[in-house]
Amino acid sequence: MAKFVAVTIIVIAVLSAIPILLHTWAAPEDISTHGHLIDEQTSETMAEAGISFLAAQFLLAIFIWMFSNRGPDAKIKNFPGGAKVLVIAALLLVGAEVLALGVFGVKAWADVYLVAPSANAIPVQVQAGQFAFYFRYPGPDGTFGPAHPELINEGSQNFFGLDPEHDTDSRDDIVTAEMAIPVNKEIHLLMHSKDVGHSFFVRELRVQQDFVPGLDVSLHFTATKVGKYEIVCTQLCGLGHYNMKAYLSVMSQQDFDDWLKKEQAMQ
Amino acid sequence: MHDVAAHAAHHAPPTSFIRKYVFSLDHKVIGKQYYALALVAALVGMVLSWIMRIHLGWTNAAIPGLQLLSKNGAPGGVLTPEYYLQLMTMHGTIMVFFVLTTAPFAAFGNFFLPIQVGAEDMPFPRFNMMSFWVTFAGFVVLMAAFFVGDGPSLGGWTQYAPLNAVGPVAGPGQGMGVVLWMASIALFCVGQLLGSLNFIPTTLDLRAKGMSLMRLPLTAWAWFITSCMGLTAFAVLMPACILVILDHVAGTSFFVPSNLVINDQLQPHSGGSTLLWQHLFWFFGHPEVYIAIVPGIGIVSHILITNMRKPMLSQRVIIYSMGALAVLSYMVYGHHMFVSGMNPVSSLAFSFPTLVITIPATIIVLIQVFSLYGSKLRINSASLFALGFISMFVSGGVSGFFLAQPSIDIMLHATYFVVGHFHMVMGVAAMFGIFAATYFWAPKMFGRMMNETLGRIHFWLSFVGAYCIFMPFHYLGMAGNIRRYSSFPDDFLQPLIPVHRWITVAALITGAAQLIFVYNLIHSRFWGKPAPDNPWEATSLEWSTPTPPPWDNFAGKLPVVYHDPYQYGVQSSVGDYVMQASPEQVKTEHDEK
Repeated sequence: MAKFVAVTIIVIAVLSAIPILLHTWAAPEDISTHGHLIDEQTSETMAEAGISFLAAQFLLAIFIWMFSNRGPDAKIKNFPGGAKVLVIAALLLVGAEVLALGVFGVKAWADVYLVAPSANAIPVQVQAGQFAFYFRYPGPDGTFGPAHPELINEGSQNFFGLDPEHDTDSRDDIVTAEMAIPVNKEIHLLMHSKDVGHSFFVRELRVQQDFVPGLDVSLHFTATKVGKYEIVCTQLCGLGHYNMKAYLSVMSQQDFDDWLKKEQAMQ
Repeated sequence: MHDVAAHAAHHAPPTSFIRKYVFSLDHKVIGKQYYALALVAALVGMVLSWIMRIHLGWTNAAIPGLQLLSKNGAPGGVLTPEYYLQLMTMHGTIMVFFVLTTAPFAAFGNFFLPIQVGAEDMPFPRFNMMSFWVTFAGFVVLMAAFFVGDGPSLGGWTQYAPLNAVGPVAGPGQGMGVVLWMASIALFCVGQLLGSLNFIPTTLDLRAKGMSLMRLPLTAWAWFITSCMGLTAFAVLMPACILVILDHVAGTSFFVPSNLVINDQLQPHSGGSTLLWQHLFWFFGHPEVYIAIVPGIGIVSHILITNMRKPMLSQRVIIYSMGALAVLSYMVYGHHMFVSGMNPVSSLAFSFPTLVITIPATIIVLIQVFSLYGSKLRINSASLFALGFISMFVSGGVSGFFLAQPSIDIMLHATYFVVGHFHMVMGVAAMFGIFAATYFWAPKMFGRMMNETLGRIHFWLSFVGAYCIFMPFHYLGMAGNIRRYSSFPDDFLQPLIPVHRWITVAALITGAAQLIFVYNLIHSRFWGKPAPDNPWEATSLEWSTPTPPPWDNFAGKLPVVYHDPYQYGVQSSVGDYVMQASPEQVKTEHDEK
């Protein structure tokens, strides 16, 4: 039984590693300027975690194979060096790993969260609600009109609670159910939830951020590849959570300008 | 032990059925009651996971009889999206609270801690009795949610605000379902606080003569450290739950900000903070992970030592490492909130201790694995599950490297990678600890040996099955598969459905294998071979008592302790070990001074 278990552990460890080495199920190609930092950090972590995983499982299996069910005459002995060597090894190896991952990881995080968006980043507001995203562009005046929560009414399609009659800034705001952005331009995403917690996740963009009801948060990113991508909600928001999604279209500047004009005409 | 003021409560042996088996003051009966509760809860939780898995593999499949549980939630036996979430919430809550906390800590800790320290009972037996019955009431209140209004809450075991606080307008189960959830968990917290209040003085003040702190077995240390964590963690969660109830019934707005519009209705709340709930919840939630796993570390070490016939390379290093896990567990909780919207600088501050906590965890694993070197490892059901624990703890632990880093968490947060990580490291690993403990201690608890062949079959199927289920979770997460979806309509999720079907089949088979364990436990309880007092040739005090132990544990004569807990690999009159309570002097290489 002992040897059978040892072999089982090794087979499981090797089989577990194969899909990772073959990239059978991997994240899709990155289409953002910051995403490569996250991907590099992930690969580095995978190498370190993978080696730790395989080494520990193999050692466990080898020791089970070697030292189980030995006869009554077998002598007990201790690992040479004892606990001290292991503690020092853990402190040095894992400590170095922790420091390396910690220090290098800061850059990837800082690029997304600790650097302010540039002044000419294109502002887009996204509002999450059970169970849809809506987007708002400020229009030619470059200013979002104020939102009045008491005016929000899905039936009359006033998703943001705008009052164009009284608020001049609201008059040229463009509200859409799909998000479009120009390629290679920085986007400043202003995130607002109208009801409960939601999240904004685009795998290809390497972007995920929760909406915080009562607190507007913002995010900035630059998409580098034209295409259509899914925006999905990752924060449990109620019965329709699994079905809450929208599409992000990354377009050339010309296509984006045309799209914006078309949407404005439909308001 | 030297404190004259502190002593175990000397209660007379019970005479009536009710005082003996129901409202018992005996820590051993209370331990068994906790075990029975955990067993029932685990079976309920497992059946819920089966239903969820079938739905995730085959969304439109009718599950015969499910409509009896909820006519609206599962019309014709087909799960609705909301009922999926409601069952998921119940699965997580039942497993985390009523299985992973009650079994390794409350059940085994209650039964064995007083015996292992050499006491007749805990210092406050009435608190102890209350601890179980309050916990039991918590379970009943939680289960009641199945039978009220529109059923249990759908908010997940983390119950994020403001979904948890705005009432029925947020969805089915968000009214009475949430109130029952909060009441249940508040009761559970009271139960565990009362338990912790007993465990701490039992360890510090009731030790037998000669039982210095360093002579305590690793299990006693693990339960002691866990109870210290429990005292602070549950004390934060309980008031948080009460505040949510007040948001529901008293018109307060602790967790609901102004200007929320749900179903086109402006909500009558103002001024609350949704992130406050996350801070309170995870300040409990992360120590809770260690409340579930530290007893397992102690149990597995204790069982491996007995079966290796040699002590760990260092008893002290394991104790200090468990202590380090406990202290650090309070400093890392923010890693659950990297993308929550809290200040991004604090994400970096929480990331560093999260990475650092891998150091004591690695030390524990290294000591356990390298202690196998040169041992005379006995393979039996208990040691197999202990070895399986190490394998699972490593596999679930290494994925923690990813989730500890805020930048990588941007991609993995709220995906199946997280689900795979915590199921392996705190779910399966802790369950393996519970199984190891059951095979090891059932002879002492019930006076009967469990069937060894069935135990080994149970181990192999569970070990392979758990990997078949939870490794693919990690792959799904890396591909971006989001958790808490009742089905996968997104374009990019469609190709992943075959993986979900594989997991479902593996989960059904692995779950069925647990019935072998239940059969073995029940059958051996009544018809198993009678257990000798010390079937494993072990050294700690629980094996010095008769099997099963009398009501006052040591039949009126408290033991005197002469040795370190794990004197194996020595030559004594009984074999290659000497028991802690034996005055026999043996030559030993292992006394740790």
